[in-house]
Amino acid sequence: MSTATKYILVLRDWIDDRFPLMEEWNKHAGEYYAPKNFNFWYYFGVLSMVVLAIQLVTGIWLTMNYKPAADLAFASVEYIMRDVEWGWWIRYMHSTGASAFFIVVYLHMYRALLYGSYKSPRELLWIIGMLIYFTLMGEAFFGYLLPWGQMSYWGAQVIISLFGALPFIGEDLSLWIRGDFVVSDVTLNRFFALHVIALPLVICGLVVVHILALHEVGSNNPDGVEIKKHKNANGIPLDGIAFHPYYTVKDLVGVVVFLILFASVVFFWPEMNGYFLEHANFVPADPLKTPEHIAPVWYFTPFYAILRAVPSQLGGIVAMGFAQALFFLLPWLDRSPVKSIRYRGIKYKIALTAFTISFVMLGWLGMQAPTPSYTWMARGFATVYFLYFLLMPLYTSMDNDKPVPDRVTK
Amino acid sequence: MMMRSFLIIILLLTGASVLAAEEAGAGHEFTADLSDQAALQRGARTFVNYCLSCHSAAYMRFNRMGKDLGIPDVVLLENFMFGTDKVGNTMTISLMKDDAVRYFGVAPPDLSVTARARGAEWLYNYLMSFYLDPAKPTGVNNLTFKDVAMPHVLWELQGFQQAIYVEETGIDGLPVKKIDHLELIAPPKNKPAAYQNETYEQTVSDLVNFMVYMGEPIKLQRYSFGVWVIFYLVFFLIITYFLKKEYWKDVH
Repeated sequence: MSTATKYILVLRDWIDDRFPLMEEWNKHAGEYYAPKNFNFWYYFGVLSMVVLAIQLVTGIWLTMNYKPAADLAFASVEYIMRDVEWGWWIRYMHSTGASAFFIVVYLHMYRALLYGSYKSPRELLWIIGMLIYFTLMGEAFFGYLLPWGQMSYWGAQVIISLFGALPFIGEDLSLWIRGDFVVSDVTLNRFFALHVIALPLVICGLVVVHILALHEVGSNNPDGVEIKKHKNANGIPLDGIAFHPYYTVKDLVGVVVFLILFASVVFFWPEMNGYFLEHANFVPADPLKTPEHIAPVWYFTPFYAILRAVPSQLGGIVAMGFAQALFFLLPWLDRSPVKSIRYRGIKYKIALTAFTISFVMLGWLGMQAPTPSYTWMARGFATVYFLYFLLMPLYTSMDNDKPVPDRVTK
Repeated sequence: MMMRSFLIIILLLTGASVLAAEEAGAGHEFTADLSDQAALQRGARTFVNYCLSCHSAAYMRFNRMGKDLGIPDVVLLENFMFGTDKVGNTMTISLMKDDAVRYFGVAPPDLSVTARARGAEWLYNYLMSFYLDPAKPTGVNNLTFKDVAMPHVLWELQGFQQAIYVEETGIDGLPVKKIDHLELIAPPKNKPAAYQNETYEQTVSDLVNFMVYMGEPIKLQRYSFGVWVIFYLVFFLIITYFLKKEYWKDVH
């Protein structure tokens, strides 16, 4: 043993006498046993954390030059893009990171639909995850106002005015959110506070809770079998491998692949043809000039399409709220004894396929200017979307599920 | 409630003109190309001579442009800067907003990031499609941006175009006149010396390319940075891949 290693061990022991360092490390990494059969879909958890880290770090550096004031915000973003050393790089990482966050989180959630990761005993884990997703949507919404472009401004105006449609409290509520009669400097200032302090704190806290809950119940896997059922003499699951080093080195490969894709967007397609940075947002916010077509960024468009598909505004808001809230109920709507899609019957497979197509199509429709035929398409897909949840107790309880193996397959 | 109806009226008013602007257009295809530095320099010259007196480009610094496009400070001061003598200044103008509204009815927008909002092809078509229209106070109208308040500033480089109409049957069965194409009826007589050897298409193409550069100056470099970053990451990927393989040997 070299002298350096010796000193590091002495330091470790010194800390260990005062803080449960090795205990926590072993609990969450060195002796946390994860199923050995994780596949492609199991990268998106760690990738969500990578994107969170990117957003936090780039966000800190952006605030060093960004000015949250109506008459300075747009210019300060251009200042970052032109005059701040590497400012353009930090800003593109942050704007690309926003979209990347939703891509990895949607895929992370989709993994749960594929392998039944929300089912017992992981109901609470799923609910905590949904809370993160909700907070993330708020975080994205507040952040989108900050560049103070036309889409920032009018997007916020439209979304806040939705609250105005709520009975009795609506008008007062939207006034309270804006702090003014229209979206203004006051609104920008408070959205900045929420975006850089309040919601990031909530997200970081929830992520810790999410991981604690995961490590309490243990990870699901593509076979949907509980590896804790079969343990060896030392109490280690037969199909489990230590998270560190096995999954740390495996995730590292996934992270690098992700970074290659991420860097491709940042350096070659930062606007992503208007999907990540909307063209109209390069026009400074003008309260007197409404853009001809207001569309939210792509990650909100499935819900925006549902909102527009319902004829009454209040009805649309209720439908949009339900479209998201129904995810919370998944653990109880799903009556199947089987977790993984590998052993589910044909009914669930059809339902999930129909839901997937509907979600993607609603996302596309939400970006288009509404026409009568698009509205009818949105109504059709929204119906399928809701039926996936509402009929779930029926089709999952009478599905022709296959027998589930005792141990994980390769 | 008041506010909402007010917004709807504004939406209808602006929406109508925007839709009209989208319908027409000169139909030229154009893709920006930033690889030709001489073209960008020519575009910069046209920009500061013709645009930068009513329009500002308040986020663009003269010396940043000089550095990126290979224009020395001396040349910048002599040939590119008319309102200031500090090369570190941004491209501002002395036209006051209130005056501009009085002259044109609307203040000319800052052009720093216009290419990113409108797109290169739109700009190219816009500058190509001014035509004579006696009904307008400026004497010209525009196919791409109907009833635009801007006069045909580049007339001494292009000359004037006339609209050639065709008759079509409208939805109501009655004949309607529609613009078929534009025809150059008055070619420029005294083109400035610097522009003698280039066509108007060339001038506009250079100008639009410059505006695309101005919209995002780092665009000139970010692709080559990207190549290095991805090159490094691919190298790192190979290492991590074999590291993973080595560790996973004992997992069965």
